Amino acid sequence: MSAEPMPTDALTDRAQESAAPSPPAAGGEVRSGPGRAESGVLNVFSHAFLIAWVVMAAGPLIWVALTAFRPTADFLNDPMGLPTTLHWQNFAHAWTEAKIGRYAFNSVIILAGSLTGTMLLGSMAAYVIARFTFPGNRFVFLLFAGGMMFPVILALIPLFTIMDNMSLLDTRPGLIIAYIAYSLPFTTFFLTSFFRTLPSGVQEAAMIDGASHTRTFFQVMMPMAKPGLVSIGIFNFLGQWNQYLLPLLLNNEDENNYVLPQGLAALTVSQGYAGDWGALFAGLTIAMVPVLVVYAVFQRQVQAGLTAGALK
Amino acid sequence: MKTETRPATGGQTSGKRPVGRTRASGGAAFALAVVLPPRFTPERVRNDRRYRTLDKYRFIVGFLALPLAFYAVFVISPFLQAIYYSFTDWAGGATANFVGFDNYVKMWNDERFWASLQSSLLLLVVVPLVTLALGIFFAYMITAGGRHRRGQAVSGVAGSSLYKIVYFFPQVLSIALIAVVWQQVYSSRSGLLNGLLGSVGLEGLEQRWLGGDYKLALFSTMAVIAWSFVGFYVVLFSAAMGAIPKDIYEAALLDGAGRAATFFRVTLPLIWDTVRTGWIYMGIQALDAFAVVLIMVPPHALKVTPVYLYERFREGQFGYATAIGVVLLVLSMVFTLIVMRIGRRDQIEY
Repeated sequence: MSAEPMPTDALTDRAQESAAPSPPAAGGEVRSGPGRAESGVLNVFSHAFLIAWVVMAAGPLIWVALTAFRPTADFLNDPMGLPTTLHWQNFAHAWTEAKIGRYAFNSVIILAGSLTGTMLLGSMAAYVIARFTFPGNRFVFLLFAGGMMFPVILALIPLFTIMDNMSLLDTRPGLIIAYIAYSLPFTTFFLTSFFRTLPSGVQEAAMIDGASHTRTFFQVMMPMAKPGLVSIGIFNFLGQWNQYLLPLLLNNEDENNYVLPQGLAALTVSQGYAGDWGALFAGLTIAMVPVLVVYAVFQRQVQAGLTAGALK
Repeated sequence: MKTETRPATGGQTSGKRPVGRTRASGGAAFALAVVLPPRFTPERVRNDRRYRTLDKYRFIVGFLALPLAFYAVFVISPFLQAIYYSFTDWAGGATANFVGFDNYVKMWNDERFWASLQSSLLLLVVVPLVTLALGIFFAYMITAGGRHRRGQAVSGVAGSSLYKIVYFFPQVLSIALIAVVWQQVYSSRSGLLNGLLGSVGLEGLEQRWLGGDYKLALFSTMAVIAWSFVGFYVVLFSAAMGAIPKDIYEAALLDGAGRAATFFRVTLPLIWDTVRTGWIYMGIQALDAFAVVLIMVPPHALKVTPVYLYERFREGQFGYATAIGVVLLVLSMVFTLIVMRIGRRDQIEY
């Protein structure tokens, strides 16, 4: 393939090209119009800006990860230095003394319950709303959709007493239920529109073949809705894994029950007092790296899942 | 499956004759069928048309009951209670006396509340503008900043997905983690920022970024929130820009539009709906700013309204705290309405 410009460009650019010096790159060309700029130059220009933000976005995180390998004394002497040897002791401290391992374990337990519950209850409600006509259908839909508008902080205090009255305060089931309840509005809203797009023929065929409604849902409709379930599942996974406000309110009594974000917030206090900055950075790294690695592997789905909310 | 819309009547009204082959043998079989799985329901009942209605509604109720119960008890009811409690002197105990607008009057005269609201409003106005501007700028660089190849009117830069991956990093991290990371970056003694300034010979610019001056703490907070959301908007806007058909750009090019004109006359109007949605979303995030400020900023330097609310809650002033929450709700609604209003344009379909 030659790098010849196509006719449309040739037309617009011919006039300029005689006057302007040839662009260095083969595909480069000169644009006409008021904002004329050489595309080769602009390309370098845009890469420069884009790389600057790469440094901005990743810089602090890389600094944290590098510092995690340095002894605290070194770090206090020169916060900018690079690790000379790999000081793994920081990670051991973070895991045991700063209890990052324990907090991560708590998070996993909570998520196992809350994510399953959210996906199950959310898709059940969404399926019924999307595929069945019944009195009050619209009302139920708007009820869920309306819940997305309210700032959670408003509900905080009554939620606290409701949980207290039901003896669910500072318990794992309580936190799981709260995660599910506050994830339901968006999950149901998103999945309702998704279930609506599925063809109705398959559902009817399953019913004619004698499958019950329940069986049709689990064995026919759920597998068909997989792309939507994956998107919203990632959205909920990250949202619940990173949740800070609800555990701060509902899981604040015993430090041993903290979930990971609470544990990280507590790190500054505990490791700050102990003067063990190395463990602080190691703790941050332990919390950060697995999420970033998983994200890098599934980046397309994650980006789609997280931006799905704003596009609706 | 949107066949029957007849409400459940229990199938027992005398006016409605069953159309099925058998005349239903009365209430007993049907009452039983409500609780029996289809497999154990007698054939005779199952073939009755009324049974299908019953089966359908049984399914609907069964599937909706639990989600709705969770939602009603733990989400709807707290919101409604919060609005009620904002008119009481509730302090967490069993009694809550109705006090009318006393909490709101108290708020009106509470200087610390106004100070926190000032910070929150500044965040609400400034952060979305900065974040969205940066997001649009980088998204345009990614989708249209590339070298022209073979006559394309616009082309993306090389490695665009790599840029997007890195930009999106802060979005997948917990806001608590981000707050702790930036606390270290801003640290005046051993932070990255002062270290960088020192290493390039700008010791004079080293600051106590968080613990000293109010304005500086506010600025530092804004920077962190913007930093954590820019990548989200780059991904969002570059997806929206990628959906614009290429022939529109070609037409603009033929008409002699340069890059700036193409951007302001073609790209921006065509993604405007996404920008507006993103603006509202970002505003609500900035108005919240709870975790960042609570974890990162020392309490004496800066307070935003949600943090002020949280402190009143910890002090046991439940009624007053919920009233502050209601003000935050009203504020976010007003903000949404304003953005919808000034952002209104004709829909462009393509």
